[in-house]
Amino acid sequence: MTLIEQIITIGLAAIANFTTRIFPFAIFRTEQTTPFFVRKLGGFLPPAIMAMLVIYCYRNVPWLTGNHGIPDLLAGGITIILHLWRRNLLLSMLGGTLSYIILINFIF
Amino acid sequence: MTANQTELSFAFKKAFPVMIGYLVLAAGYGLYMHNLGFSFWFPTIMAAVIYGGSVEFIVASLLVTRFAPWNVILVTLVVGFRQFFYSLAMLDKYRHAPRWQRLLLIFGESDETFSVNYSLTIPENLNAELVYSYVTVFNYFSWIAGAFLGGFSGHLLGLQIKGLDFMMTALFIVLFLEQFLKEQNHLSSISGLLITAISLLLVGENYFLLVTLGLLVIEYGIKYYLEQKQVFHHDID
Repeated sequence: MTLIEQIITIGLAAIANFTTRIFPFAIFRTEQTTPFFVRKLGGFLPPAIMAMLVIYCYRNVPWLTGNHGIPDLLAGGITIILHLWRRNLLLSMLGGTLSYIILINFIF
Repeated sequence: MTANQTELSFAFKKAFPVMIGYLVLAAGYGLYMHNLGFSFWFPTIMAAVIYGGSVEFIVASLLVTRFAPWNVILVTLVVGFRQFFYSLAMLDKYRHAPRWQRLLLIFGESDETFSVNYSLTIPENLNAELVYSYVTVFNYFSWIAGAFLGGFSGHLLGLQIKGLDFMMTALFIVLFLEQFLKEQNHLSSISGLLITAISLLLVGENYFLLVTLGLLVIEYGIKYYLEQKQVFHHDID
């Protein structure tokens, strides 16, 4: 990617991100005027979207070759355990990432 | 003057834990971008103009692939989708703020800023919109400062850490787990996992997010329709 393309990419992301935030204010204005289905959908989708993004992060893992994604799964497991233990975003993220760095540099 | 100070200090107290968290998290993000080969300007500017941790991580990973503007828009909309529902929840709280202040509140509506502002109980004598705005601004600048510090220290120390990219995965695992623990039943989580995995296998990397999102809305539409029908029949009985 050239610098111009990178700037366009960042600009588009900024606009799209702001759009997700301003959309309800621009369209629905108040909670009462928001369609019931949209509100219910908002209660349903977030866990599914997060699940989707986890899989998105794992999409390029070499399951059939190399380390077969074992460090990715182990570090993911450690992240989950840390989070169930303390429910602290920062601790879970840093712990999970650190364990991945150790696994991939020194063990696999 | 004193009234303003109270709002400022009240907001600072409420925002403080997030500010510290943001400094560290954004420093990790800055370091992550350094590892991808970017100057510290990139994480800093992206933090300032995009201002959304998960979106920034993903966009960073897209910046090292080939230029695909539609994909960037799609991925950002999908990743940022939950913010749509934050805004829905904040409609009535932010609605009465003056225009420029409302724009600031909407622009700065990150996950943590939302959760702080959403759960705030503001004393009667304070201007609520002003408190929301201060919390938003404190968090915003902590995030930018962290992104700069991470990128710049990576630059100074010449750090290249293999495996640091797992940070993005860990972030989404935690966000998923939080949702999983909150939901009443796990239909949504399990649908998300299964439908995404199947879509990825069937349509491949480029389109699976869009396909998954479409299928999820259809699935919920059917569920909603069946529930409404049930309610209707129940009423007749």
